[in-house]
Amino acid sequence: MADGSSGDAFVAFERVQKSYDGETLVVKDLNLSMPKGEFLTMLGPSGSGKTTCLMMLAGFETATYGEIKLDGVSINNIPPHKRGIGMVFQNYALFPHMTVAENLAFPLEVRKLGKSEREKKVKHALDMVQMGEFGGRRPAQLSGGQQQRIALARALVFEPELVLMDEPLGALDKQLREHMQFEITNLAHQLGITVVYVTHDQTEALTMSDRVAVFNDGRIQQLAPPDELYEKPQNSFVAQFIGENNTLEGVVKEISGNTCVVQLDDGEVLDATPVNVTKVGERTRVSIRPERVEFNKERLKDGVHTLKAEVLEFIYMGDIFRTRLRVAGKDDFVIKTRNAPDQVRLEPGSQIEIGWLPEDCRALDAG
Amino acid sequence: MTDTTQETSGPMLAADGTPLKRSLAKALRAQKLRALALIAPLLLFVLITFIAPIADMLFRSVDDSQQGTVHGTMPLTAEALKDWDSSTGELPDNAVFDAVYTDIFVAAENKLHTRVGSRLNYERTGSSSLFRKTGRGLDDIGEVYQDQFEDLDPDWDEGTPWAELMGSPDWLTSMQGWEDGQPLPPFELRDGVADLLPRTAAIYRVFADFQIEEEEKSLLDEEPWSIVHTRLYEDLRDGDFSTYAGPRADMVKAADALVDTAEFETIALKDGFEAIDEDWLDIGLWQTIKAYSTSYTAGYFLNAVDMQKTPEGVALRDENQRIYGLLFKRTMFMSMVITFSCIMLAYPVAYLLANLPMRTANLLMILVLLPFWTSLLVRTSAWKVMLQQQGVINDVLVWIGIVGDDARLVMINNQLGTIIAMTHILLPFMILPMYSVMSTIPPYYVRAAKSLGATNWTSFWRVYFPQSVPGIGAGSILVFILAIGYYITPEIVGGNTGTFISNRIAYHISSSLNWGLAAALGSILLAAVLILYWAYDRIVGIDNVKLGG
Ligand SMILES: Nc1ncnc2c1ncn2[C@@H]1O[C@H](COP(=O)(O)OP(=O)(O)OP(=O)(O)O)[C@@H](O)[C@H]1O
Ligand SMILES: [Mg+2]
Repeated sequence: MADGSSGDAFVAFERVQKSYDGETLVVKDLNLSMPKGEFLTMLGPSGSGKTTCLMMLAGFETATYGEIKLDGVSINNIPPHKRGIGMVFQNYALFPHMTVAENLAFPLEVRKLGKSEREKKVKHALDMVQMGEFGGRRPAQLSGGQQQRIALARALVFEPELVLMDEPLGALDKQLREHMQFEITNLAHQLGITVVYVTHDQTEALTMSDRVAVFNDGRIQQLAPPDELYEKPQNSFVAQFIGENNTLEGVVKEISGNTCVVQLDDGEVLDATPVNVTKVGERTRVSIRPERVEFNKERLKDGVHTLKAEVLEFIYMGDIFRTRLRVAGKDDFVIKTRNAPDQVRLEPGSQIEIGWLPEDCRALDAG
Repeated sequence: MTDTTQETSGPMLAADGTPLKRSLAKALRAQKLRALALIAPLLLFVLITFIAPIADMLFRSVDDSQQGTVHGTMPLTAEALKDWDSSTGELPDNAVFDAVYTDIFVAAENKLHTRVGSRLNYERTGSSSLFRKTGRGLDDIGEVYQDQFEDLDPDWDEGTPWAELMGSPDWLTSMQGWEDGQPLPPFELRDGVADLLPRTAAIYRVFADFQIEEEEKSLLDEEPWSIVHTRLYEDLRDGDFSTYAGPRADMVKAADALVDTAEFETIALKDGFEAIDEDWLDIGLWQTIKAYSTSYTAGYFLNAVDMQKTPEGVALRDENQRIYGLLFKRTMFMSMVITFSCIMLAYPVAYLLANLPMRTANLLMILVLLPFWTSLLVRTSAWKVMLQQQGVINDVLVWIGIVGDDARLVMINNQLGTIIAMTHILLPFMILPMYSVMSTIPPYYVRAAKSLGATNWTSFWRVYFPQSVPGIGAGSILVFILAIGYYITPEIVGGNTGTFISNRIAYHISSSLNWGLAAALGSILLAAVLILYWAYDRIVGIDNVKLGG
């Protein structure tokens, strides 16, 4: 689970709980600490409490219980405008009655900066997001991507150390989104700011972040760097949520060190790495990524168990092939293979055997 | 390639070969006609019940040609006065008196002379009674001649001899055969009589038509009007009747002889009018009549801005007769005060409505709308009860001891009363547009401002307020326009000092019956509203006014 120690953390949530109505907890016992300069993404399904956490950090919602610390100081009782946290909203929240330059000057004005300094900083911020020429325009005269950049510039212009972004790219099309993802991470690293980023989009989370916190049901399910999250999901929720995943259910047959044998409901057995199982006889759900499944017998290690499978469908997707199989009575087992010159194209209807390395298959909780 | 995309340089063609533009227009026309047919009932309704009355009002404010005006009812006078120069200081000549004599006589028979009197009374006090008196007195002039002719021959005072003298033989025959209940035969003059007795014939024709059409009486039984005798005298005086051999030749010749004798008593028209009322020799009266004898007049408008026509041109009225300027100014001023107080009171309420949780907001909304469900009269009367000197508020103040029992505040029947009551009554019209604009301002703007470091006040003032201005604008226009034309509340609680221009308009419509002036005042009010609207559009921009998202 998330590491609760917050000795030299820049941002820390300590046992934070939040309820809006006094009946249900929207955030349940949140512990999280971030070092300075980290890019952390909160990822999770809708309604899992991501925005709520962000709002508590920004000061627009108060924590029902627990403490939120910024740079070692509790900020529970500091009003939002004194927290000095930059924020980018999903709808950008650019003030429609001000020009772009006025929008950018606003945080500087309320900080009582002189006119010349203000202008210098606004210009610098605009240049930073390559929008130098647009200072005189109204937000409504900008495209979505341009508004996004301005919102970003505005959140950065007063040089906050912490910037929060709540699904800032949600309204952009795919191509623009990818471009902006790149720009945001670049800027964040360049400026050395700490970012808490909220998104629905797992690719976005994986490509941008130093660490990702997967939220579900008011809790952080796993907090880990992207590769670890993908390859070593801690529980079946994370495994399901991040990337594509095949699951099979069964009972632990034997455990020996860091491998175990699982017997599926139809009697077949397979090899896996025990993650959330400790003893023989426990029910488990094993998870295996589509690209780690091997059907070429020669490449399989000797002695590993294999499963029988029937090819149902072969889909050509350009860079990869996607093949759907029936395994252990289920029709939704998918394997992905690279489109290479020597790659085999499986014929629908053919019977094959599949297997994998035990470390690629994780025996998780029964869900 | 189809022929719609031919690579010729000509116009694009539709599939059937007609130019694309034309077939598009045809298709659209059918659509437009259908749409028009759908809205036709409403359009008609609006035209008939809304546009037409406004057009009529605008027309009335300058129209001076209806019955009861100089132009409409005294056409001969209006014509005769054209040659008279009102600035010389001399009375009009006899021809004018002659025309007035005929016009008022005929008008009096039609009972229209009092209306002309009232019309002129708007411009010159005393005209009303003058015309009434003149209508009664004009007979005195004709009777001078009538009596003498009658003494000579009683036939001059009978219907039949006159009918024989003036009417054509055919008409006379059918007249004699007429029985009660049948339509009367239309009068025809006898050939030659118009040359013989031109003026008499002219006035007799008017008399005859009047008797036949209005009174539906037989001319054989009705003695002619006294004015006919005056005209007869004038014709006899000027004409030569020695060779006349038509009907009633003896009677005419005898009368002609009588007129030429020295004893025959005559009366100059001017003297006759003087005898009725000396005012007829007042040059001011004639100036007024001349000034208002055109079919279109600026008079009502001048009146509505406290001015009048004088021989020297347009001038302000006397100090003590100026009321409309004051009333317009007061109406404007008070409407502004009311609008302003509405803004001040409505803004916080609208803000709460837009920002409270749904359930509380709905409850509040009901409270806001509650006054809408109560009769306007009840609300206004309630204010009367509240504000009067023996009313609830004064009682409470006295009871607390803030004001003495002998120094109770006067809060009703003055401007304060009108302002208080109207602010209350118009408040929902301010709250609703404000609310509908505010409810479209998403909460994240203020949050964004705060996250950027703005205090609560700054984020409200710099970010929230500017976005709510369109709502203030919409509410202000609505309230101001409603206030400027408000009538019933000022009438009830306004007393003398708190009434609006609309109360005056209502007075002219229902009491003084000076509709022209009412229309002019209304037109000015309409123009004022349009000008304000235009100015608002120039300054704020009507696009910035929102009644909702
Ligand atoms: N102002 C509020 N009052 C009451 N309940 C709220 C409020 N805001 C959020 N909630 C509830 O809290 C839960 C978490 O909401 P939150 O907005 O944090 O989710 P999220 O993870 O940001 O979801 P999404 O990805 O859809 O934005 C939801 O069940 C939501 O209904
Ligand atoms: Mg959210």
